[in-house]
Amino acid sequence: MTDFLAALREHIPALLVIVPLLAAVIIPFSPAPLRRRGAAVSLLANAAALALASALAWEVFRLGRVSYRFGGWAPPWGIEYAVDPLAAVMLLLVAFVAFAASVYSGAAASGEITAEKLPYYQSASLLFVSGLSGMVITGDIFNLYVFIEIASLAGYALVASGRRRDALVAGFNYLILGTIAATFILLGIGYLYMASGTLNIADLRERLPHIYHTKTVLTAFAFLIVGFSIKTALFPLHIWLPDAYTYAPSPVSALMAATGTKVGIYAMIRVIFTVFKPEFNASVVPMKAILIVLSSAAIIYGAAMAIAQKDIKRMLAYSSVSQIGYIILGAAVASQHSLTGSLLHMINHALMKACLFMCAGLMLMSTGAEKVADLRGAGRRMPLTMAAFTAAALSMTGIPPTLGFVSKWHIGLGAVEAGYWAVVPVILGGSLLTGIYFWRVIEPAYFGAPPQSGHKNAEGGAPRWALAPALALAALGTLLGLAAHTPAVGAARAAAELLGR
Amino acid sequence: MNEILSFKPLFAVLASLAAGLLVSLSGRRPLLRESFTLAGAAAKFAIIISMLPAVLSGVSLATPALEILPGLELKLKADALGMVFAVMASFLWILTSIYSAGYVRKVGEERQTRFFAFFAFTLSAAAGLAFSANLLTAFLFYELITLATFPLVAHKQTKEAIEGGRIYLSYLLGTSVTFMLAAILITYDAAGTLDFMPGGVFGALGPGHKALLGTVFFLFIAGTAKAAVMPLHSWLPAAMVAPTPVSALLHAVAVVKAGVFLVLKVVLHVFGAGTLAALGFGEPLAWAASFTIIAASVMALRQDNLKLRLAYSTVSQLSYIVLGAALLVPSAVKGAVAHMAAHGFAKITLFLAAGAIYALEHRTKVSELSGIGRRMPLTMAAFSVCALSMTGAPPLAGFIGKWHIGLGAVEAGRPFFLAVLGASALLNAAYFVPIIREAFWGQAPAEGHEKAAHARPESGTLAMLMVVPLTMTAAVTIALFFFPGTLLDLAGMAAGGSAP
Amino acid sequence: MIETIAGKYNYWIYISLMMIGFYAIIAKGNLVKKIIGVNIFQTAVFLFYISISKVRGGTAPILWDKAVLYDNPLPHVLILTAIVVSVSTTAVALAMITRIYKEYGSIEEDKILKSRRENL
Repeated sequence: MTDFLAALREHIPALLVIVPLLAAVIIPFSPAPLRRRGAAVSLLANAAALALASALAWEVFRLGRVSYRFGGWAPPWGIEYAVDPLAAVMLLLVAFVAFAASVYSGAAASGEITAEKLPYYQSASLLFVSGLSGMVITGDIFNLYVFIEIASLAGYALVASGRRRDALVAGFNYLILGTIAATFILLGIGYLYMASGTLNIADLRERLPHIYHTKTVLTAFAFLIVGFSIKTALFPLHIWLPDAYTYAPSPVSALMAATGTKVGIYAMIRVIFTVFKPEFNASVVPMKAILIVLSSAAIIYGAAMAIAQKDIKRMLAYSSVSQIGYIILGAAVASQHSLTGSLLHMINHALMKACLFMCAGLMLMSTGAEKVADLRGAGRRMPLTMAAFTAAALSMTGIPPTLGFVSKWHIGLGAVEAGYWAVVPVILGGSLLTGIYFWRVIEPAYFGAPPQSGHKNAEGGAPRWALAPALALAALGTLLGLAAHTPAVGAARAAAELLGR
Repeated sequence: MNEILSFKPLFAVLASLAAGLLVSLSGRRPLLRESFTLAGAAAKFAIIISMLPAVLSGVSLATPALEILPGLELKLKADALGMVFAVMASFLWILTSIYSAGYVRKVGEERQTRFFAFFAFTLSAAAGLAFSANLLTAFLFYELITLATFPLVAHKQTKEAIEGGRIYLSYLLGTSVTFMLAAILITYDAAGTLDFMPGGVFGALGPGHKALLGTVFFLFIAGTAKAAVMPLHSWLPAAMVAPTPVSALLHAVAVVKAGVFLVLKVVLHVFGAGTLAALGFGEPLAWAASFTIIAASVMALRQDNLKLRLAYSTVSQLSYIVLGAALLVPSAVKGAVAHMAAHGFAKITLFLAAGAIYALEHRTKVSELSGIGRRMPLTMAAFSVCALSMTGAPPLAGFIGKWHIGLGAVEAGRPFFLAVLGASALLNAAYFVPIIREAFWGQAPAEGHEKAAHARPESGTLAMLMVVPLTMTAAVTIALFFFPGTLLDLAGMAAGGSAP
Repeated sequence: MIETIAGKYNYWIYISLMMIGFYAIIAKGNLVKKIIGVNIFQTAVFLFYISISKVRGGTAPILWDKAVLYDNPLPHVLILTAIVVSVSTTAVALAMITRIYKEYGSIEEDKILKSRRENL
C-alpha cells in the first residue's frame, strides 16, 4: 500500500494529464449503462484531478520545483514536466474550475445539450481539461504545442455543441483561426529549435541569450507571440471569441472563459519570461510597446462593445476581451507590481467569469432569460443567482474589497512604477466601463419591476446542483478578495521569479 | 499626537453594521426593525462619545492595522477631525431614525426594511471613513458609502428615481474610480505610504515635484465629487428624488460631509497645509469654491421645489468648507471644521422640516408654503432658526464657522474671499427669508381655508415622531453658538493647533 | 545575392505554400476549400521542419550500417505528431461541415451568412 502511494506520489504530474485523458476515452466507448452515467465518470475524473493538483501544489509549496521525467529520460533529451509554484497554482485553478464546471454541467447540461450528445460533450470537456493541464505542466515547448492542439480541438467541438445552429459556424470559425494560431506557434517553435537545437524550456532559457539578436530568434518570437495572441483573443485577434462564447452551452462558456484563455495567457507569459528572459522583451524587440497598445485598446474596445450588447452571454464574452486586455497589459508592462496584478487578475477573472457564465446559464434555465432586458426583477425571482452574479460583477469591476480591486490596483501601481502614465487612465476608465455594463444588468434586476409573473421565486426552475458551483465560485472569489494578502504575496513571489529577480 | 490601541473605532463601525444586518433579518416586523435601528444608533453614539475625552486630551485611538496586501493596511484611527464628523453623524442618526419611523408610516413608503437596513449600512461606512487612518481605508469606505446609499436614492424605483440614482452613481463612482484611485496610486508610488499624517506624506518631495504634486492634488479634488464643488455638483440635486429622511441625513450630513471631510483630510493629512501653501495650490481651489458658493446660491434662488432649493443651498454651503480648507491658514481650517458640524445640524433640520411638510401637508413647492407657519408652528420655527443659521446670523451655529473662515481670509491676506462670504450671506437671506415671511405672514391659499383654521397637522404620534427630532436639531443649532467649546477645541486640534 | 536567395529555396517554398493556403482560407467561400487551405497552410510548416532536419551528406535517419551521417531525426518525429494533429483537425472540421450542411443546407459561406441574417 505504501509502495503504491509512493509510486502514485512520484507520478502525480503525469497522472494529472492522464486521468482526464483516460476518462475522456472511456466515456464514449463504454457500454450503454456506463455511458449514461458519463456525468458521474466525468465528475469523478475531475475530482481526482483536483485532488492530484492539490497534492502537487502541496508538494511544490513545501519542497519547491518538481521536475518529472517522462519515461525516465533526463532533460533536455526527454520530455520534462516542470512544476514551479506558479504552474502549481495554475493547475489548481484549472482543476478547480473544471471540477466546478463538471458539477454544474452534470446538473445543467441537460437543458442545453441533447441527451445523445452528452457523452461526447463530457468526453470533449475532459479532453479539454487534460490539454490545458498539459499546457501548464509541460517543460518541453513542442509538447506545449501538442497540448495546445489537444485543448483546442476539444474546444472547437465543445463550442459547436451549442443548442443553436449558429454554434456550428462559431465553432468552425474558431477552428480556422485556432489552427492558424497553432500553426504559427508550431512555426515559431521550429525556428527556435533551428536556432538553438533544443526544445526543453529550461535549456532554451540558457542557450538563447547568446543568439538573441539573430533573425531566426526574432522571427521565432514574433510567430509565437502572434500565435498566442490569437489563442488568447488579444484585440484585434479576438474575433473568434464573442461568437464562440455566446453560442457555446453555458457550462462550456464557463469552462473556456475561465481556463482556456487563461492558460493561453499563461503559456504566453512563459514564452515571454521563461523561454526568453525579460531582458529580451525589454531591450531586443519592440514587442512590449505593441502589446501595451493592443491590450489597452482591448480593455476599452471590449468594455465598450460589452456595453452595446443585448445578449447576456455576448456581453460577458466582450467583457472577457476587455479583461484579457488587463491581464496582458500587466504582463506587457512587466514591472514587479504589474506582473503581480496580472497573475492575480488571471485568478480573479477565471473564478469570476466562470461564475458569471454559470449564472447566465442559470438565468436561461430558470426564466428563459437570454437578453439583458429579460432580467428585470430577477433580483427577487432568483435571489441566489443574482447574488452570485453581483458578487462576481463587483469583483470584475474592481470595487474594493474584492480581488478585482487588488489585481487592478497592482496593475495600475505597476504602470505608475514603470512610468507608463498613459495607461493609468485606460486601467481606471476600463474599470468604469466595466461597472457600466454590469450595472446595466444589476440595476434592472434589483430595481426594475418584473415583467408580469410578479414576485414568484423562479429559482426552483434551475437544478440545485447547478446553483451550488456558481455560489461556491463567487464565495471563493470574494474570500480571496477579503484575504488578499496571501495570494498577493504568492503572486508577487511568482512575478519576481518570472522577472528573474 | 499620541496614539493608543483601542478597538472602539472598529466597534463604532460594527455597531451600525450589526444593526443593519439585524434589520434586514427582521423582515416585516416594523417594531423589531426600529428597535434594532435605535439600539444600533444609541450604541454607536455611546461608543463614539466614549472616545471623546481621550481625543480631546490629544490622544488618538487606533485599531491595530490589518495588512490586506503587502505594504497596504486597513486601519481605523479616531482623531479630532474624524470625531467631529463621527459625533455629528451618529447623533443625527438617532434623531433621523425616530423621524424616519414616523415618516415612512405617514407617507406609506414601500420596502421599509431595505430602507432601514441600507440606512444603517451607510452610517457604518460613514463611521469607517471618519476613522480612516490611511487613504486606502478611506477610499474603501468612501466607495461603500456610495454603494450603500444607491438603494436609498433609487428607493421609490420609479423611472425618475432610477434615473436620479444613475446620475448619482455615475458622478460619484465615476470620479472616485478614475480620479481618486489614480491619485492614490500615484501617491503610493511617490510617497511610499498611504497613511494620513499631520503635515502630509510628501515631506521628502519638495516644490521640485510641482507638476507631480499638482496632478495628484487636483486628481484628489476631482475625485471627491461628494464635496459637490462645481462642476461636479449635479448629482446632488438629482439625488433629491430620494425619500426626505435620506436627503436629510445622507445629503446634508453623511454623504456630502464625507466629501468635504476627505478634502480636509487630503489638504491636512496627505499634503499638509504648509506644502500646499508653498506650492500655491490653495488658490485655484479657493476660486473654484468661491464660484460654487455664489453660483449655487443664485441657482437656489430660482428653485421652486423646496428640496431642490435646499440641495443647491447645500452645494453652496459645502464650498464654504472647501474654501476654508483652501485658504490654508489655521483659523480658516478651524472654521471649515466647525462649519462642517454647524451646517450639518442646520441643514438636516431644514430637510426634516421639508419632509414633515410633505408628509403632513403634501406640499413640496416653495410657492405653496404660504401660511404654513400658522398651521405647523413648531416645524416652521425650527426651519426659520436654521435658515437664519445658514445665512450666518448670530446667535446661531452658522455664525461660528463663517466667522472663523472670514477671519482666516483676512489672516491670509485675501479679503476678496471675505467679500464672497458676505455676498453669499445676502444671497442666502434672499432665498430663505421669503419662505419664512410667506410661511408666517403670507396669505394661506383660499381652498381648504375653513379646514385650515382648525386642523393641527402637528398632532398625533406619527407627527410627533417627526416634529420632535427636528426641533431638537434646531435647538442644537442654537446651543452650538452658546457652547461652542468642545467643537472649537476639536476643530482647532484638527486645524493643527495644539490641544487646549 | 542570388546565392542567398537560391540557397534558401526551402524558405521560399514553404512561404509560398503557406501563402497559398492562407489565400484559400480567406478567399474561398466554400468551407471544404477553406479546410484544404488550412491543410496546405499546415503542410507548408511541416515541410519547413523536414527541410531544416537535413544534414549535408546525411541519409534518412534509419539505422543502416553503411551510413556515416544521418539527418536529424527529431524534426521528423515532431512532424509525425503534428501530422496526426493536422489530420484530427481536418476530421473535426469536416464533421462540423457536414453538420453545417444539415442545418443550413449549404456549405457556401455567403449562403450561410444570409441564412443567419434572415433568422436574426
